[in-house]
Amino acid sequence: MPVRTIGSLQVEVDGEGYLVNPQDWTPEIAKAFAQEEGIALTDRHWEVINFVRKFYEENGQSPTIRQITVGAGIPTKDLFKLFPGGPAKKVARIAGVPKPAGCI
Amino acid sequence: MTKTLLILGGGTAGTMAANRLAQELDLNEWRIVVVDQERTHYYQPGFLFLPFDLYKKQDVVKPRRDFFLPGVEFVLSEIDVIEPDRNRVRIRADGGRYISYDFLIIATGTSPRPEETPGMKDGGLWYRDIFDFYTLEGALRLTRRLRTWEGGRLVLNIVEMPIKCPVAPLEFIFLADWYLRENGLREKTEIVYVTPLPGAFTKPRASSVLGHMLEERGIQLVTDYYIERVDPQRKVIVSYDEREEPFDLLVTIPLNKGSDVIARSGMGDELNYVPTDKYTLRSQQFENVFVLGDATNVPTSKAGSVAHFMVDAFVPNFLRYIEGQELLPTFDGHANCYIETGFGRGLLIDFNYDVEPLPGKFPLPGLGPFSLLQESVVNHWGKMLFRTLYWHVLMKGRRLPMPAQMMMAGKWA
Repeated sequence: MPVRTIGSLQVEVDGEGYLVNPQDWTPEIAKAFAQEEGIALTDRHWEVINFVRKFYEENGQSPTIRQITVGAGIPTKDLFKLFPGGPAKKVARIAGVPKPAGCI
Repeated sequence: MTKTLLILGGGTAGTMAANRLAQELDLNEWRIVVVDQERTHYYQPGFLFLPFDLYKKQDVVKPRRDFFLPGVEFVLSEIDVIEPDRNRVRIRADGGRYISYDFLIIATGTSPRPEETPGMKDGGLWYRDIFDFYTLEGALRLTRRLRTWEGGRLVLNIVEMPIKCPVAPLEFIFLADWYLRENGLREKTEIVYVTPLPGAFTKPRASSVLGHMLEERGIQLVTDYYIERVDPQRKVIVSYDEREEPFDLLVTIPLNKGSDVIARSGMGDELNYVPTDKYTLRSQQFENVFVLGDATNVPTSKAGSVAHFMVDAFVPNFLRYIEGQELLPTFDGHANCYIETGFGRGLLIDFNYDVEPLPGKFPLPGLGPFSLLQESVVNHWGKMLFRTLYWHVLMKGRRLPMPAQMMMAGKWA
């Protein structure tokens, strides 16, 4: 797995840029990953990021869009504005948890 | 004293579980009761073939009561509420009575909910220019609509994952491509596959093969698309990030949700699926409750083949459990799906929680081998033959000569 340097940290990432070890995550990593996605993090973003991290700790998997909107109490439309393109995928990367499985 | 095994739902999972256990349990000691609200047992994989005149209605419906082996008591009723703390279920028939149980199997499935997307069912286009094909009525009405199709923009949209039988939308689009070519309408028809997934499918190798097959057939692929609403006046669908897809004919796979009885009983997640241990299929909350088929929240496909492997893994485990032994983690998420691709061919995918669909050969004594992740005529006949196996083998409580767990034999890893 490739290793990336973010500030003073060295972290392993997978082929799509997701953290290999969610416990490596720090708020600095979130800011760096968000910047790469063209997102400047606001309090509203942090609410979602914190929810996603908590969800992952409790459930061992990353939440779907619906699990985020229901669990964090945020309208779907707003979630798409905060994390344009694919909110579940993007917030997972920024929050340092695995890409959602989108089980089939 | 007699013990009661109560099974909620007499569909694919519930019927298989009832009939298998009716042969294993001592019926002097056990009472097996199945409750379902519908008289008819549907062969749901067959709905896909109706719009293309490959099956007729009588191929996919039979009376539910005919399938239960002697020793299984069938109760035709809606289910009002499950009271797992009191080991009983209230049904709506007979003025509302309780059935108490020692063990409960929840097999109440999942169903499409077009009413959850604004403008879809309430915009005046439902069953005129908007159809589902996961219900018998939807599939039959779509059949009539396709007979009068003269060309235009055909959009297939998956509202949200997870859905029942996640390969069926792709099969539909492949069959539509074939059907329209046969009828000289393909050049007049633009076919668009609009999905919330990042590709044609989720698992990387299968997604790449299937994405390539769409491209070869000139089918457009729109990804990461979350529909917010239908605008029936302008005949467009609109996503949460304001992308619009116009349609002349919209084939929708609506939001899927587990049974409302699960919500009424406070036993479900945000989509009414029951939190279930993914290896033993026991409820995460109640020690004498098991969940089989589409009703679970386990991270594998909601599909008949999965229900079949779940029942195969569950039955021996349940027999151990009632003798006081521990449950073993025997269910591996195994799924096995034929994907009909048109022109009398199909492909087959076989996977589980940990192993994505891989190319290779799938051995099945007497029938196979089938090609994995590659189109073949034999795979098509496998799918066609499956209807007979479903009605006469699986639903009668007989077994297919294959293990419940996925095998690596024949796969190219």
